[in-house]
Amino acid sequence: MTALHIAVLTPFIAVPLIPILYKILRRIHTGWFVLLVPLALLFFFGTYFSFQEPLEPVLYSVPWIPTLDIHFTVYLDSLSLLFTLLITGIGTLVVLYSIFYMSMDREKLHLFYAYLMLFMGAMLGSVLSDNLLVLYSFWELTSVSSFLLIAYWYQRKKSRYGAQKAMYITMTGGFAMLLGFIILYVISGTLSIRELISMTDMLSQHSLFIPAMFFIMIGAFTKSAQFPFHIWLPDAMEAPTPVSAYLHSATMVKAGVYLVARLTPVFGGHLEWFWTISIVGIITMFVGSFIAVRQTDLKALLAYSTISQLGLIMSLLGVGSMSLNPQYSGSSMVFAGAILAAVFHLINHSIFKGCLFMMVGILDHETGTRDIRRLGGLMHVMPISFTLTMIGGFSMAGLPPFGGFISKEMFFTGMLTAPRTMSDWLLFLPIIAWVASVFTFVYCMILVFKAFAGPYQPEELERKPHEAPIGMLISPIVLAALVLVLFFFPNLLTTAILEPSVKAIIPGAFPNGVQWHAHLAAWHGPNTELFMTIGIIVFGTLLYTYYTKWRSIYHSLPVKLTINQLYDRGLVGMERVAGKVTKSYMLGTAPVYLSYLFIFLVVLVGGSLLLLNGFHFDPSNDSDIALYEYMLGFIMVAASIYILFTKSRLLSIISVSVVGYIVSMFFVIFRAPDLALTQLVVETISTSLFLLCFYFLPKVSRMITPVKLKIGNAVIALAVGTTLTLVGLSAQGHRLFEPISEYFKDSYTLAGAKNIVNSILVDFRAFDTMLEIVVLFTAGVGIYTLIKLRHARSDEQ
Amino acid sequence: MKYKFTDVILQTATKVLVFIIMTFSIYVLFAGHHNPGGGFIGGLITASALVLLYIAFDFQTVREILPVDFKLLAAAGVIVSVLTGTASFLFDVPFLSQSFTYVDLPFLGKTELTSALIFDLGVYMTVVGTTLTIITSISEDDK
Repeated sequence: MTALHIAVLTPFIAVPLIPILYKILRRIHTGWFVLLVPLALLFFFGTYFSFQEPLEPVLYSVPWIPTLDIHFTVYLDSLSLLFTLLITGIGTLVVLYSIFYMSMDREKLHLFYAYLMLFMGAMLGSVLSDNLLVLYSFWELTSVSSFLLIAYWYQRKKSRYGAQKAMYITMTGGFAMLLGFIILYVISGTLSIRELISMTDMLSQHSLFIPAMFFIMIGAFTKSAQFPFHIWLPDAMEAPTPVSAYLHSATMVKAGVYLVARLTPVFGGHLEWFWTISIVGIITMFVGSFIAVRQTDLKALLAYSTISQLGLIMSLLGVGSMSLNPQYSGSSMVFAGAILAAVFHLINHSIFKGCLFMMVGILDHETGTRDIRRLGGLMHVMPISFTLTMIGGFSMAGLPPFGGFISKEMFFTGMLTAPRTMSDWLLFLPIIAWVASVFTFVYCMILVFKAFAGPYQPEELERKPHEAPIGMLISPIVLAALVLVLFFFPNLLTTAILEPSVKAIIPGAFPNGVQWHAHLAAWHGPNTELFMTIGIIVFGTLLYTYYTKWRSIYHSLPVKLTINQLYDRGLVGMERVAGKVTKSYMLGTAPVYLSYLFIFLVVLVGGSLLLLNGFHFDPSNDSDIALYEYMLGFIMVAASIYILFTKSRLLSIISVSVVGYIVSMFFVIFRAPDLALTQLVVETISTSLFLLCFYFLPKVSRMITPVKLKIGNAVIALAVGTTLTLVGLSAQGHRLFEPISEYFKDSYTLAGAKNIVNSILVDFRAFDTMLEIVVLFTAGVGIYTLIKLRHARSDEQ
Repeated sequence: MKYKFTDVILQTATKVLVFIIMTFSIYVLFAGHHNPGGGFIGGLITASALVLLYIAFDFQTVREILPVDFKLLAAAGVIVSVLTGTASFLFDVPFLSQSFTYVDLPFLGKTELTSALIFDLGVYMTVVGTTLTIITSISEDDK
């Protein structure tokens, strides 16, 4: 265990403490305690950061399940460091913001912060794990915590729907990814990403390499809301706004981007990787920006804009991966520019989108609505909010003097690289990128001006709006300041983060001795990129001004609806089919279920006994049967037969318990006092339980059963009896393995117990016992809830 | 149960018997390490004593003299057993490793103390709790 391991586990340690603090110190907002966790982690990871020097990658490993090759390996290089700083930095700001956003009196804060810390730990684990299966575990845990956070207001139907949708889609992708990881493990025999990268050449020869690649891409695309899996993200906006700012724009949805970047050394350079990621990315960017324009809910607008921006980053990673292709080794430095743009835009996006989400949260909080048709003219009422929204929005639109401008220009350069160095008809990449950017500009303007400019309609708002409290504004102010810093000092992070991250993503493009230095600048002279930006501003302004004229286009193109409907219909269809299948055999009567069980037993056990010719009868070792044993056996048989013919329920119960008591008598005779005692008491209690149930059964003495059914039951009963008798006799005759009982004979020296049965139960096989009592407890709770829930339902009616 | 039957003989006998059975069950629980018995059997015997109590008296009376939530008892039992298992992590040995030692106690002389007994206590609590949860919830179900 090293400090890095403990850092990953810190948020998990905080989780159980949060409810305790919440209960004890009710009068202090729980957020203040929680704030310490991301803050401490931010400082901790900050110690690895230095402006002048790139971080030397560190790797610490702790064996977790060594037999399965699973080690909790923490690998921290510049790329991981970038993500940890984003997770902890934005985490700090989000927690601070949430202290003012989440009401102390109305909300269940302990749950909120516990889920949030769960997420933070899982996310840190995802970006720091070197072991694929550990990464997968943390990855799925982020989906679980995201589910819990989206459904935080679980009373609302839409929250539940959104949470379920997000979980279905991301977890399906997660399973695909797991499949990809397992294939990689089968090919290479290692789960470590480091080792996989070192054996890339061997991997790519394998026929399963491409399937593994596609499975992993599905995982990344679902998590990062790429087309056509993007539909979960808008519905995830039902979560409280701090959650949307944190999980669904700044961190969790970037996990897919991280995975693609992390595995580019393994898969990069392959055309399948390049095509899929670039095209999915650019389509996502276009679809997201196009649909974002029509949204009237500001949060939905931001959700689609996040989808679009993630597509942008993805497409850059796709184009940049070509630097690893030997065919283009001459221009690998040019492609490296695309990767650089991806990393830089990733930072930019997290910052300005975090700021924008917080501003929308403030608007919602202060006015009671996020609908742009009701908002307007708030510029004078909320001047600080307006300024901050403008900074974030203009940065997203790619305007100077904000950080987004630089990364947008770099994005165009990256997209133009593809047609310039590969083939001309790749020109569609920059063209779609440009069109999508025009729509990006339009929705940014809608975001900024529809809410803050235009007519002021106080009668439409639920509250009288005023500027937000200063505590709520601190976090967006910090982020907005960073947006400006990134424009004026774009090279601040170059040595420390950007260059080494690019080298970590495409290590193959920098063979020894190749010098490459990134240099970011706002002004490159009048080049194609600049003209593209000017074109965006011109066309964007036109489209924004005449929005009402071309709005009808959205009604003729229901792109989003079809995928969503497919999802909804698929869900309903699956439920219907599953319901039909279940109803066809779940008939609700105990005799039917019992016959399933018994037929299965006869077919499986009796069948294998027949097929494998396993019957073996060898009475030579048997001891003599005494007269009293015959007598006991006779009583047992007589009692069983009596059950068949008695008409009274009470008498059948008593006969059944006679059988049970005689079994315990046999245990006594065979000198198994533990078993005898247990059997006796179990029999006593189950008889009284029978009598209790008997009290509630209908008064009719016996159901009148048709003769056919009776014959069927008789056949099943005889078959079960025969099978079990044969099994019992054969078991006596076989000695296939050395009996394990020898080991238990030493129980006195091994476990300090003279009673072997008990020492097996509580010591040698204690794990079995532990699980058995868990099962017992679960069964008890099950019966309890069945009975109580039935009451609750009949009370409702 | 809906109706109350008052059987004086049963009630009088129960008052004595319950204590005998209970004492026996606790003996069985502790003796389990060397003699027939253990948490599972002990728990069942305790449960049967309590069932006898329920049969002889009505549920209201028993609940008044024994205000125990059996669901919680069962849950506590599971937790005790699992925690005994995790305690082995403190000594860096595999999950659920048990240990034992001999101590000289006043009056009792040389006595064996085992961690398995705590585990068995968890089993005992779970068995009592679950059995009675099932029986009480079925019998209180008089709608």
